[in-house]
Amino acid sequence: MSLDLSQFIPTFLEESFEGLELMESSLLNLEHGDDETINSIFRAAHSIKGGAGTFGFGHVTDFTHLVETLLDEMRDGRREINNEEVEVLLASVDCIRLMIEAIQNDDDYDPSSIEETSERLSFLLANGEDTDGSGNNVAADEPMLLGKIWQITFIPEHHLVQTGNDPLLLFNALEDLGELIVLAKTEQLPSITEIDVEELYIHWQLTLMSDNASEADIREVFEWVEDECELDINLLSDDTPAPPSSVDEQPVNKAPNTITDDSETIEELPSHLNEADVALEQAASKALAEQEIAAENNAPAQSSSSQPTQATKPAAKTPAPKTQAKGKGDTGSIRVGVDKVDSLINLVGELVITQSMLSELGNDFDLSKVEKLTAGLEQLLQNTKELQESVMRIRMLPISFAFNRFPRLIHDLAKKTGKDIELIINGENTELDKTVMEQIGDPLVHLVRNAVDHGIEPAEKRLAAGKSAQGTIWLDAYHQGGSIVIEIKDDGGGINREAVFNKALEKGLIDVNASLTDQQVFDLIFEPGFSTAQAVSDISGRGVGMDVVKKNIQALGGRIQVDSVPGEGSTFKVYLPLTLAILDGQLVKVGDEVFVVPLITIVESLQAKADLINRVSGDMVLYRLREDNVPVIPIFELFNLPAEHQTVDNALMVVVEADGQKVGLMVDDLLAQQQVVIKSLKDNYQDVAGISGATILGDGSVAMILDIPGIISMAQKIAAEKQAERIANYSKALEGAVN
Amino acid sequence: MDIQALAKDIPVEGEYSLEGIDFITSGEQYLTFLLENEQYAVDILCVEEIRSWEKPTRIPNSPSYVKGVINMRGVIVPIIDLRLKFGIGKPEYTETTVVIVLSYESDEHSRTIGFVVDAVSDVLNAEENEIKNAPTLGGVIPHHYVDGLVNVGDGVVTLLSVEELQQIEAHSIG
Repeated sequence: MSLDLSQFIPTFLEESFEGLELMESSLLNLEHGDDETINSIFRAAHSIKGGAGTFGFGHVTDFTHLVETLLDEMRDGRREINNEEVEVLLASVDCIRLMIEAIQNDDDYDPSSIEETSERLSFLLANGEDTDGSGNNVAADEPMLLGKIWQITFIPEHHLVQTGNDPLLLFNALEDLGELIVLAKTEQLPSITEIDVEELYIHWQLTLMSDNASEADIREVFEWVEDECELDINLLSDDTPAPPSSVDEQPVNKAPNTITDDSETIEELPSHLNEADVALEQAASKALAEQEIAAENNAPAQSSSSQPTQATKPAAKTPAPKTQAKGKGDTGSIRVGVDKVDSLINLVGELVITQSMLSELGNDFDLSKVEKLTAGLEQLLQNTKELQESVMRIRMLPISFAFNRFPRLIHDLAKKTGKDIELIINGENTELDKTVMEQIGDPLVHLVRNAVDHGIEPAEKRLAAGKSAQGTIWLDAYHQGGSIVIEIKDDGGGINREAVFNKALEKGLIDVNASLTDQQVFDLIFEPGFSTAQAVSDISGRGVGMDVVKKNIQALGGRIQVDSVPGEGSTFKVYLPLTLAILDGQLVKVGDEVFVVPLITIVESLQAKADLINRVSGDMVLYRLREDNVPVIPIFELFNLPAEHQTVDNALMVVVEADGQKVGLMVDDLLAQQQVVIKSLKDNYQDVAGISGATILGDGSVAMILDIPGIISMAQKIAAEKQAERIANYSKALEGAVN
Repeated sequence: MDIQALAKDIPVEGEYSLEGIDFITSGEQYLTFLLENEQYAVDILCVEEIRSWEKPTRIPNSPSYVKGVINMRGVIVPIIDLRLKFGIGKPEYTETTVVIVLSYESDEHSRTIGFVVDAVSDVLNAEENEIKNAPTLGGVIPHHYVDGLVNVGDGVVTLLSVEELQQIEAHSIG
């Protein structure tokens, strides 16, 4: 029975990464931890070790084994859990991740850090409380620490499985008591033509190595099948080193599984054997014999994978071939909840029904059936819409995927900076598009790092300011309108307005007399000029690469906003579109052209009232929107289009906001709101100023999607050009007058 | 007639005529089209489709020869008016006005662009040795767009380089 294991490697890798993440987050919570947390860490480590063994990644197995041993001592309460251990374990998680990543990328890794960590682990193990013979949970390759060895002969009656008992479960239970070696005896197997697939012909020779299991414990396991088997339990030796050197390092598929497979094979065979083809029978029994050998080979090997208690289960699970081999190859994969797939299947089913209804209707259609047709089309519309939403949901992942790394990050940073910081995460179930998630990770890390570095003050400063010594950082994600908001908030010192202002002045970004709102001042920290290391040390912080953060967020079609109260802390709000491929748009008309305004940017739409329009400094048109004066951008002028409304008076205005700047876009008409699929113009053409892409409307025509930040900068550029021209003309006129 | 026999009868190279239909089996094939009664041609393997003229959606602030974009089965395809780009012929939209959609795959990317021409005329079969270098003596079409000239009867067909045509942003001539 040869099985190509390599196809399961991607699954193993994926599960290992999950396991590592679990270990990491559990380790960070260990301070307030309980047994369950340690157990779950242990289970994860054990799964990784088991899987690595199966696939022959010996270096991972060896290393993980050390980790496991340490964890085991903690689990038994033989070792105190203190910071040192947690640190080493965290470093170990990094090491395992390094090794697994190397496997994934078919790459080499730097062994030095692994050697170092493994030395630290060994040192801890050597100096920890010694396993003084009470090593209940000693790992397999330390056989000297084993206790009693029990020899169990288990001969079940042939009808055992018919009573609903499964030997496999019994063996699993036995494993909880100690190390188990399972040997299947198949002498009693009848010839293939005589076999009854519902009968059990195999019996087992079990060797259990355990230091504290009593005969009663073992009998208890077999309690349910007591009357249906012959059971013989012998104590072979006490405190003897475990003999079998055949105990392999590599856990292989469970022997009982193999045997189950046998019976499946057998199940299929009789049908082919109806004519009692002798040759076939021989071949079959030969195959059986081979499998028998395989089973026997597998059986002892399995023991090393079996660790006591709960560890057994994941160990058995990891190497078990899962049918959905999720390739984490080049294409990238996504883990989707079955419920999402189910709902898709349901919807497709409904769609098919609607389709068949419509095509039946079309067979002999006359006008009397128009109502039915309308109903059918309506249903189709509904189906399609739901289908679209469901498909989109498949790409959505809870934001916890991005948030998961932060507890560790905070832990490390807090240690490095010597600050005491608590991280509070909310809304981790908010779902976000996978692509957005992948790209938002780094900017978020940057923001969190900044909050720790520059936001939270050192303890003494906090105490002096009347705050608690422990700083807090909040990470929050929630929906707002059609977008996702990620909030990074700290209760630190806030941004020093004056320092930022002076720095900007020094960099020549602003004029000395400029009167800026707080918002505008805070936005200055996103200027490239603030990203030098020197700036960080000069001002209260928030400097490092903030321009890059902003650029990355904008590349995702999002925006970032800063709020800060001196002495109370700062809040960074990142607004992101739900997905990159689709946006909610407001269709507007300018002349004959239809444009799409992203709904996320729209503040409000209104009809301009003539008396609220002010013209200032010559030709700048401002519209008074409550307290704000909003500059008006006539789209038709910007794009050189013929338009119905050439003046602002009574024109329709869509007030949009980008980069904290509100502007009013003058349009001729407001049309429907709809979701549009964004298509790139660059694929076949090139980027166009003021346009972020195109989309196809319901009637098949193409509409341009407006790029609001781009439009604003376009308008600014045009205004600046006009101004320069005017000044040139003016000075020319002046010269003329002088001469 | 038995199609198998027919296939056997067709010679590997050269021209073969059957009941008045010409089979051409050698050389490269080019699609020829008209720009103000002048004959031009492009590699036929690059032709994605030939469409009748429809008004595209304008791209704001684009050069005048970029007429806009159309939706070709979900793909946004820009439409370039070759008559305007090269300054030949009147940019009139008549019944024969067509859009030749050309796809070109280079190492880095592939592009699909539609070109407005006065009319498509024929498929031209030309061997490599029939293609002559174009003299660099004037003409409105920049030299790098021209792959060569082919004599057809008494006339001359200008072969255009699809690769160069696709580089609309690289060399925009007013």
